[in-house]
Formats: sequence, structure tokens, C-alpha cells
Amino acid sequence: MKRGIVLYMHVHQPWRIRDYTVFDTAENHDYFGDFTESHRNNKDIFEKVANKSYRPMTALLRRMLDTHPEFKVSLSISGTVLEQAEAWAPDVIDAFRALVATGRCEIVAETYYHSLAFFYSRSEFEHQVELHRAKVKELFGAETKVFRNTELSYDNNLASWADEYGFKGILSEGWDPILGWRSPNYVYKPVGTKNIKLLMKNYRLSDDIAFRFGNKAWEGYPLTADKYDNWVNSALGDDGQIINLFMDFETFGENIWEDTGIFAFFEDFVGRWLSNPANTFYTTSEACDTFEAVDEIDTPHTTTWADSERDLSAWLGNHMQHEAMKYLYELESDIVRTGDETLISDWRRLTTSDHPYYMCTKYFSDGDVHAYFSPYDSPYDAFIYFMNALRDVRYRIYDHHKHGEF
Amino acid sequence: MNILMLGWELPPHNSGGLGVACYHLSKALAAAGASIDFVLPYDAHHPDTEYMTIHAATQLNPIHKFGLMGAYDSASVDEFDLDKVDLRDLQTMRGVQKRYVNFVERLVKKIGTPDAIHAHDWLTMEAGMRAKELTDAPLIVHVHATEYDRAGSFGSGNPIVHEIEYQGLMMADRIVAVSNITKNIIIHRYGIPADKIEVMYNAIDQASLGKYDYDGRTYNYLESLRAEGYTVVSTVTRFTAQKGLTQLLRGFARACERFDRLVLLLAGDGEQRDELIALSAELGVSDKVFFTGFIRGKQWRDAYSVADIFVMSSVSEPFGITALEAAHYNSALIITKQSGVGEVLNSILRYDFWDTDRLADQLVGIATSPALSHQLKTDIRHEYARLSWHDVARTCMQLYKRMKIGATA
Repeated sequence: MKRGIVLYMHVHQPWRIRDYTVFDTAENHDYFGDFTESHRNNKDIFEKVANKSYRPMTALLRRMLDTHPEFKVSLSISGTVLEQAEAWAPDVIDAFRALVATGRCEIVAETYYHSLAFFYSRSEFEHQVELHRAKVKELFGAETKVFRNTELSYDNNLASWADEYGFKGILSEGWDPILGWRSPNYVYKPVGTKNIKLLMKNYRLSDDIAFRFGNKAWEGYPLTADKYDNWVNSALGDDGQIINLFMDFETFGENIWEDTGIFAFFEDFVGRWLSNPANTFYTTSEACDTFEAVDEIDTPHTTTWADSERDLSAWLGNHMQHEAMKYLYELESDIVRTGDETLISDWRRLTTSDHPYYMCTKYFSDGDVHAYFSPYDSPYDAFIYFMNALRDVRYRIYDHHKHGEF
Repeated sequence: MNILMLGWELPPHNSGGLGVACYHLSKALAAAGASIDFVLPYDAHHPDTEYMTIHAATQLNPIHKFGLMGAYDSASVDEFDLDKVDLRDLQTMRGVQKRYVNFVERLVKKIGTPDAIHAHDWLTMEAGMRAKELTDAPLIVHVHATEYDRAGSFGSGNPIVHEIEYQGLMMADRIVAVSNITKNIIIHRYGIPADKIEVMYNAIDQASLGKYDYDGRTYNYLESLRAEGYTVVSTVTRFTAQKGLTQLLRGFARACERFDRLVLLLAGDGEQRDELIALSAELGVSDKVFFTGFIRGKQWRDAYSVADIFVMSSVSEPFGITALEAAHYNSALIITKQSGVGEVLNSILRYDFWDTDRLADQLVGIATSPALSHQLKTDIRHEYARLSWHDVARTCMQLYKRMKIGATA
């Protein structure tokens, strides 16, 4: 069996809420249509990211697939970013479609709305998984076989669910307290499951690219293909199976700009890696098919790929976030009963995890106000606009049922 | 380090934040080893000031100061040239200022050359310049407010005061501004080079606010409304154009259109009082707006304690120390982007002073969400507690040392 890199990238944009005030509530039901020159203008942001990342990176991936028959990649693409691409940049959909058409680009399953629904409502969660599955089928003609939850959140319960739901693999953070003495460079089995395999992110090597590549203060700077190839080889050692490189797709061009040389680095590295005939790439489901699990992994508490804590505290760490999510999910049954597609979709767009993330106050009072990227002036503003929108959703439910359309 | 400190007021005989800032700065400087001669324009007892030597420039009772010449009353100044002012006229600001200058002239002959002269605001700038002339000691002009701020949104204020400020800023060896907002005003409105100015934020002395148990009695009616689910919004300030209170009232009335369980406590007094009363009636919210008049002590403290939300609505606020006091008394803060204190705080909501809809949205947002209210109160308490006068004094002592060896920057 060849040693392989499992390259998995996540594509996502939320529907950011505009400066939706109490005077809009119960008057105007457009939460996401910011047409000003603000950081909340979804269309502007999408077009910027499309130009800086989606278009050049899909082109590069296409070239890699054409040049290297062994190159493979896995992508999860949220429903919300697909909606935006369909509305404003259909060529981006075509570009992803062309990657999938090579047969060497796998689409990974997730919640359509990139939500935290798993932690609030199993029925809503499954609904969003099905919506995503249908959307992927519709746009790319592809079936999903491996699951990743929002922000790579993961625990034993999720693994059991995914196992019973029929997924062959699931992704998680390769977090040291969970792994213990073990290495993330093998395939594992979640504790208490029957068939499913677990792929755990090698966060050191992933973050060397996703977070540190352009950092001139980093001791590894500048990162070259040769240097990185050495690191990957020494990480694999004599008998390592896989290196799970998991990162945001927007790493390329948006989070780390093109002028850092990140695209060229990636291209060089792929060539360098594949120049050794013992090496290859695997898609996520191929890695699950190819390797037997070497051990069981027990994850009683939820892990994510965020922060030094690797937990959900950036999304569900303070009172505002908990309150916002509680009120949001309380509406589920009333919303679904309306059968009003626009209303249901607006509500679901509010389940996107970016909304509570913008309310994160970790480090904020310490003065590190940029620790968590947000398009709003403060976490408190993010909360106010969210709640105003949520109240309007409530008003619409009330208005709907008042007219007897149960 | 011998410092000649030129001030205009100290607590409890202060009419605003200037006296509070001077008091705590001097106290922390003394603790850091400075020997301070502090000059005041009136004669009164000031408790807890044994750490410095206070000199009274006149025999005036502080009552005169509140009656005839509040520290901020620059509007009445009508003579630039102090030589033309009658020294015996203690009924006007200029007369008192002339006495103050003469006193400082005599004082420096008696006590000798200080290591630095530290003059606070336009009120004492002429005395500072004169002391520098006589002793050749370096002059630091500390700007807590400019005439431009005091004018609110209406023009640039009294041109005579503006001119006095300009001269003081030109003559100063170094300028201390209490925020970047103030620094920018000094640069752009007075044409002073940026490298002559440094920003030194005010702080808060938690110990001096003391420990006290809020008994909920002073504003009994407001507390009973709170018990019924009302949210109390308050501000503690002087009622002048600078403070943006008409916009605050309009924002409050807008908020009440969406959520009517709101009341507004306007604590303080000033020339705009009648206008504000009339406006609250015109906006149809007069039964929800409470005027306290001028308050001190327990009533003053409790005006913070009764509040769920403290709003600093200033059109132009160099710093705004009351916001830190409000944080101490457990209020959520909403502060205009035109207030300097916002530069040292993160866990607050901000709005432009004219943006009444934004303010209304924030008021309703907090009033309708216990989580937001709780979060803002908790987070701001962590933050404001880190602002220490001892840190300010350390920076200030370094400035004195640089000036003493003749450094110009």
C-alpha cells in the first residue's frame, strides 16, 4: 500500500446578516441583503473570494488533476456557499463540477447550512444533511460517503450517528489529548461503532500551510516544497499510512494571499511528493477503503478544529451565544409546520455557525479584538442584529399561523 | 521630582471630570515619588490630599466657583489681554485667572524652579506660560477638553478661549491629550504638530469609589419599575450641547416605539435642562424620563447603580471618566464613537452621536435580552478594572524625566 496524503478542503460562506435593526423587525424580512460597502455585503465578499481563491484554486486543482494521475482531493462545500455561487458566479459551480467529473475529487457530506444543529436537534440536523446530499447530487451528480460536521466538531455520539446513517468515514481533529501517544497518521475506528472509519487531521502539517505559511516571524518561513516534503516524510516515519491535510479552501488566495507564493508552493509540493513512486494521494473514502483501522478512538467530549482549546467555546462559549441558539432552535417545529419555503430557508440560514461565532467574546475584553474575525463592530452588535432577525422570524410564524395556514 | 501642578478644581469641589482626573493623577504621582505643589483658584478644605501641598490663589469660597465661574464656563470670557483685566474683579473668570497668574508668579519666587510645570486645560495655561517664562522649567500642557469640545456641534466656541488655548499649546514643551480624539483635535483644529503630543488616558481608582452596598432606596420608583421588567437607562452628566443629550432623548423615544418598558434617568443639571424637559414632552415620553437635578454622594452613586444601561451620548468627549464609573457600578455601556473613553474599552456598544436609530436598536437589544445585558456588564467589569492611575503616573513620571534632561520628544 502506498503512503498517501488525504487532502481535504472546506468551502464555505455564510449568509451574513445586514445591520438589521429593531425598526426592520416585523416590517422588512430581508436579513441578508446588505447593498452597502460594508463587510456584511455578501455579494461583494463572495465576488472578492471567488476572484482571489475559488477561481484560481479550482484552476490549479484542475491542472494538478490533469498533470498528475495520482493527485486526488476531497472537498466539502456548504449549501450556503453553493447558493451564493449559483446566484452570483455560476462559473464557480462549473469549475467545481469539472473537478468532480475527473472522478478524483470527492465531495464530503455535511450540513447544508453549516450549522450546529447536531447539538440542538437531531431531526433538524438530519434534515440539513439530506438537503446537502440532495444539493450535491443535483449540482455534481455525486454521492457522499464520508461525513464532516461543522467546524470539524466531533464526538462519540456523532460517530455513532454517522455509522448508523451509513457513512463509511468521518473526519475529526487529530487532537493530542484524544490521541494520547498515538499518531494521526493512521486510520482509526470510533469507539462503539461497527463499520465507520475515522480520519484525524494532522494539525501541525495542516496548519503549517493554513496558518503559518505567510508568517515571516515563523521559524519555518519561508516554506518551500522541499522543506515541507521533508517534514511530511519525517512525520510518516517508517510505517505511517496517511497524512490528513485538512484546511479551509479559502486558505489559498483569501486567507493567505497569492503574493506569498502559496499557489506555487502547492503546485511544487504536489509534484515533489509524487516524484517518489512510494507516494500517492487518497480521497477520504479511498483512505477508509484502503486501510484497516489500527485502533479505537474514544472522544467523550466534543472536539473541533478551532483554537488552542479545540472545543466549541468560540461558538457556544458565552450567554449571548447560548441564548441565541436556544431561541433559534425552539422555533423548529413551528417553522417547519408553516411549510413556507422562504421562511424555512431564512430560518435555516440563521442556523449557520458563523452567526454565533461573530458573537464570540473570548479575548475581546483583553483587547485582542481581532482574535475572532467578524464583519461587525463588536460581538454585541452581532447579537443584536441576529436577535432582531430572529424576532422577525417569530413574527412571520405568528403572522402565518394567524391566517390559518397550519 | 518637584512638580508645579496648575489645576482649577479638586473633589469634592469639582463640577466635572477635570477635578477627578487631577486628584487621582496627583495622588498616583505622589505615590511614585513626585513632590507636588498644586495651585487652585479658590480656598477650601480637600480631604485626603495630604500627599501634596495645596495652594489657594485667592480667598474665594468654592461656592463662588459654582455660582459664578464653573470650571467649564468659557462662554462668558470677553477679554483676551489679562493686562486689561481688573485685578479686583473676582466676579468674572478673567479676573480670577489674573489673580491666579499673579499668585503663581509669587509662588515660583518662593518655592524655586520646579522640575516641570504641569498645567491643566485653558484655565491655567496662561499661568503655566508665565511660570515657564520666570523659571525656564519645562511646561507640560494637559488637555482634558478643548474649546472645540465644549462648543458641542455648534461652531468652534469662544474665539478668545480658543486663542488662549492656541498660545498655551504653542508654548508648551510637551502636550498631553487624554485620547486620540483629543490629539486629533489639537492637530487639526489648532495646527499643532503631532509629534509634540502624547496620549495619556485617564483611569479609575476603584478604592476611592469605596465599598458600599446599594440599598435600592434612592430611586424607589425606578426600582419598582425594574421589578416589573423595565430597563433603566441613565446618564450622569452636565446638560450642555457637548453632551449630545437631545440626540439621546430622540434615540430613547425611538426605542420606546419598539419596546415601551424603558425609562431614562437624566442625572445632572445644566443650561439645556429646560430644553430637554420640553423635548421629552414633545416626543411623548415625558412620563418615562426622570430628571434628578444636580446630585452628589449617595444620590449620585445610586444614579449609576439603578441603571441597567449607561449611555455616554457626547458629541465630542475628550475622555469621559463617568463611563468607567458606570462600569464600576455594573451597568452595560453604550458610548458614542466621538467619546475618547471608547478607545480603551472593547466590551461596549458604540454609535455615532447623531445616529438615533442605531442607539434605539442597541437600547432595545439590551432591554430585550438578559444574555446581552449580562454579557456586557460582566465583560466590561473585567476590562475597566485593568485601567490604573498608577500606570498613568508611571508614564507621566517618565515624561517628567525626559523633560528634565532636556529631551524634546
